[in-house]
Amino acid sequence: MSDNPSAEPWQRTVVLPSERGTSRLVTDDLLEQLGLYGWPQDEIFGIHLAAEEALVNAAVHGNKLDPAKRVHVECHVSPDLVRLTVTDEGPGFDPEAVPDCTRAERLEFPSGRGVMLMRSFMTRVEYNPRGNSVVLEKRRGVAPSPAE
Amino acid sequence: MATHRRIDVSKTGDVSVVKFLDRKILEEAAIQELGAELFALVEVDNRKAILLDFDGVEFLSSAALGKLITFDRKLKTAKGRLKMCGVAPGILEVFQVTKLNKVFDIRTDATEALTAF
Repeated sequence: MSDNPSAEPWQRTVVLPSERGTSRLVTDDLLEQLGLYGWPQDEIFGIHLAAEEALVNAAVHGNKLDPAKRVHVECHVSPDLVRLTVTDEGPGFDPEAVPDCTRAERLEFPSGRGVMLMRSFMTRVEYNPRGNSVVLEKRRGVAPSPAE
Repeated sequence: MATHRRIDVSKTGDVSVVKFLDRKILEEAAIQELGAELFALVEVDNRKAILLDFDGVEFLSSAALGKLITFDRKLKTAKGRLKMCGVAPGILEVFQVTKLNKVFDIRTDATEALTAF
């Protein structure tokens, strides 16, 4: 809880079960804090989208919805920076190996857009070497720079 | 006639106009339900001209995009036509960065979309 948003960053660590529909346990608070810190609606949209994609990826693809595994989330919100770290307990993956969903032959595939959307709306998206943890960062007013 | 929980369906001439009842389309269960209701418009009701009116929708996730793509493919296979309108700026940006604006026929509003059928 932050009664004086301008003074201190809001930080929270959340551990989620690997179930569908649990992302709201993070995003509801995150959206509230973004509003309190005065983030513009268009940037809140992109942050919400990136967070949703990362949280679903971690539970569904990372942990394969294994009830024994957890998704670990660290949130940091300040007036000019949002940082989310989402870590699953799966084996990890190579984000560079995800096919480009905008290529003509992939355009009508119904899945595979999560990582691309994160990169499109956040300033920095960085996976650890194992590929089971991603840092999503958005600097206020700074346009995203999607990876090639 | 099927009962819908995620969409509202009306007719304007030959076009079925579909509006979404959720402002945010992101919960997995809701997306599954939405997909089933959309697919039934093609597979059960045999509707051939469908306008998806996104007026009031503020957010959708990539899982929802997947349902829209599958819906579009089902309709194309049935020789039907799909158009979209009323897409909020953020969602339009999602369509643009994923290049789905090249797959979907997106119009500004319902009037423009209906005359384009």
